[in-house]
Amino acid sequence: MIKNTKQNYLNHPRGIMSWLLTVDHKRIGLMYLVSGILFFFMGGLLALVMRFELAAPGNDIISNEIYNNAYTLHGAIMIFLFIIPAIPGALGNILLPLMVGAKDVAFPRLNLASFYIYSFGALFALYTIVNGGVDTGWTFYTPYSTQSSSNVVPMTLGIFIIGFSSILTGLNFIATVHKMRIPGLTWYKLPLFVWALYGTSLVQITATPVLAITMVLLMLERFLGIGIFDPALGGDPVLYQHFFWFYSHPAVYIMILPAFGIISEIIPVHSRKKIWGYKFIAYSTLSIAFIGFLVWGHHMFTSGQSVFSQIVFSFITYFVGIPTGVKIFSWILTMYKGQVSFTPPMLYALAFLFLFTIGGLTGIFLGAVALDIHLHDTYFVVAHFHYVMQGGTIVAFLGGLHHWWPKSFGVMYNQTIANIAALGVFIGFNGTFFPQFLLGLRGMPRRYATYDEQFVELHSYSTFWSGILGISIFIAVMNLFWSFMKKNKVDPGSNPWGGMTLEWTHTSSPPHPHNFEEEPVLQHGPYDYDKVIVQKTYKK
Amino acid sequence: MLDRLTEFFFPKQVSTFASEIDSLYFFIFYSSVALFFIVVFGMLYLSIKYRHRKGEELKLTSSKAHSNLLESLFFIIPLILVSITFVWGIRAYLKMVIVPDDAIEIKVTGVSWFWTFDYPDGGQTLNELVVPSNTPVKLVLSSKDVLHSFFIPVMRSKMDCLPNRYNVMWFDATKEGVYDIFCTEYCGTGHSQMGAKVIVMRPAQYEEWALELGADDDSIPLDELGAKLYTQKACNTCHTEDGSALVGPSFLQTSQMYEQERVFDDGTSSIIDDNYVRNSILEPQTQIVAGYQGVMPTYQGLLNDRELDALITYIKSLDGDSQI
Repeated sequence: MIKNTKQNYLNHPRGIMSWLLTVDHKRIGLMYLVSGILFFFMGGLLALVMRFELAAPGNDIISNEIYNNAYTLHGAIMIFLFIIPAIPGALGNILLPLMVGAKDVAFPRLNLASFYIYSFGALFALYTIVNGGVDTGWTFYTPYSTQSSSNVVPMTLGIFIIGFSSILTGLNFIATVHKMRIPGLTWYKLPLFVWALYGTSLVQITATPVLAITMVLLMLERFLGIGIFDPALGGDPVLYQHFFWFYSHPAVYIMILPAFGIISEIIPVHSRKKIWGYKFIAYSTLSIAFIGFLVWGHHMFTSGQSVFSQIVFSFITYFVGIPTGVKIFSWILTMYKGQVSFTPPMLYALAFLFLFTIGGLTGIFLGAVALDIHLHDTYFVVAHFHYVMQGGTIVAFLGGLHHWWPKSFGVMYNQTIANIAALGVFIGFNGTFFPQFLLGLRGMPRRYATYDEQFVELHSYSTFWSGILGISIFIAVMNLFWSFMKKNKVDPGSNPWGGMTLEWTHTSSPPHPHNFEEEPVLQHGPYDYDKVIVQKTYKK
Repeated sequence: MLDRLTEFFFPKQVSTFASEIDSLYFFIFYSSVALFFIVVFGMLYLSIKYRHRKGEELKLTSSKAHSNLLESLFFIIPLILVSITFVWGIRAYLKMVIVPDDAIEIKVTGVSWFWTFDYPDGGQTLNELVVPSNTPVKLVLSSKDVLHSFFIPVMRSKMDCLPNRYNVMWFDATKEGVYDIFCTEYCGTGHSQMGAKVIVMRPAQYEEWALELGADDDSIPLDELGAKLYTQKACNTCHTEDGSALVGPSFLQTSQMYEQERVFDDGTSSIIDDNYVRNSILEPQTQIVAGYQGVMPTYQGLLNDRELDALITYIKSLDGDSQI
């Protein structure tokens, strides 16, 4: 059913303008991917600079000021320029229409507009870097951010603008899922990645406006001296924290839900097994997205909230934990009586299960108010959210890239190198962040450019392994791009992992410019490995 | 065994509620380790047992993808564990927030980047919190500028300091000693240097100390008093004695440049003399040395005239050593 055609979205049409003005979701996805990876490397380099500074207690390499800029930009770039926009923007854009059998997203022009809004916002962030940085932390807590002489305004303006790109992409995806599915592709036959993108999009369109409003209020305060958050002007800094975390906690789910979706695709395909608890995973995506709005106060357990609020927020926090735990068990049980292949995407998925479980379980420590008071704003928190954000989201993203790379670009990477790099990422990541749990328990505060002698041993371990982690990620990504440069082509009709969703069964690799030559007809569900044998086909 | 584990994971337990918090930690820790091993074992066992062997043909796999029993277990066991955690967390927390009536009250103020402590019977210390052991101590916290957070790891307690309202924390220290205090809410350039010490004394010793606190330091020579104030009033957070620059210019440089001209960031300049030094301590924002940020807080009200004289004498004396 897949025609061997030489024409695909990468080579047709040609010319730079055909890229800059494209409304093809796959090309837009690729542009998001390239810019996202660039920011990922930028944020990663900043992280390495910090880690090397922290190898020893004093100011050995950089001063306090530079350190404060480095950690602020690391956080802001990774979150606002890479994870939030680039993962749904890249993998979501490339895959969503293919998975629902559509020619494109619901509003292709709006999709291009999203990309340009994102780029425009990113320019402000780049300007901030060139103009001397910003030193408030990615959280921009007031009153420090109203008083700091660094580039708070350009950075927050950039984030404000990027927010609109998020909202529009979310809107587009929701409309696509509702309206663009082929006949017969009912909700329960959707691939779980689509459910995940749908949940993500709901959070994006409901939470992002709050961030935008907060950023505007912050700018109004700085420009016009209207007292909102700064006590010197009659404002309240805790109000800022409420506003900020009302967005930024749901934003955690903007970051992790697509990762859940990726894992829900990789594990059944590489285990050749029907996914365990489809409906549960689908519904828990939505319930996590909803409950995620009710727990922001656990970021403020030491801010002086009322005792009652503390108890309520602690209570609700655990309700996010339980569905997430059941998901992890479902992914593991999916392998039961399957045929598991240890391919690069599967290795990333297994690494995800290991790392995200640690990330999730350490969240339980932080949800207990009495214990959180000791651990709040220490390295325990740093380790916890890196296990979730990097060990969870970024590892899943790398897995997703390896899974859909032959599909998206029609080329296959060196799988041995990819496996070694995946192992390096796994070991390097644990080496870097596991010691940080211990640092936090022993009382090492976060956001310190220098530290007490007693913490030196654990910090130097962490730094050593961060080097391994950095090199492994670099090799993993370069291995992918190398296959692209070398044009290590796969057969356009190939299905190297034996995937069952429409993007594998009904279109060529790389896909046709219009996705499908005729409207696909659904023959089976996304994970019907108990009903149909899909061969693994992969030719050079 | 458990003691040694506690020592491995945590700093000393010095407050009355520290051991309960550590026990809560170990409860969650062991439950998590158990769940984690189930996850990792399940993952490795299933992936290896059902691996796709070389040469094996691809086949239709089991349609088993649901089990009410297993799924309810996955739901109920974690639910029980987190319910215990939640209740335990709240019970311990209530102990941390309900301040005993007989607590002595000390006022803590965070200033970028040092801490001041005001005692009930008058007197103030900088960066050194002195408390009696086996006595409840209530801290009333606030900030003079941006947010700070007051963290004493050995007490397992922490509270944010806000510029517009008072927060409260308390502890009852069980062991005498000197312990770390850290600032844990990012507050700018000097955040990582904003440490202090808590000194826990026997109650009798504390009473004696508190009596002396009000007394003047009249008997000490000026330069010695200055050297003492240099660390006591936290000048050393930002200014070194050895010529290297931290947040602010080194005192050695100031000393070496005495009677010479210093250029400020607005282009003006002034001869460094006693008046300049005094002004820089009391109104630091008026003359900012070129190349530095104007981030120093005023010391107005924190130093009396003799203490100002002492600091000036001390700064001048730094260069004297090198001339000899």
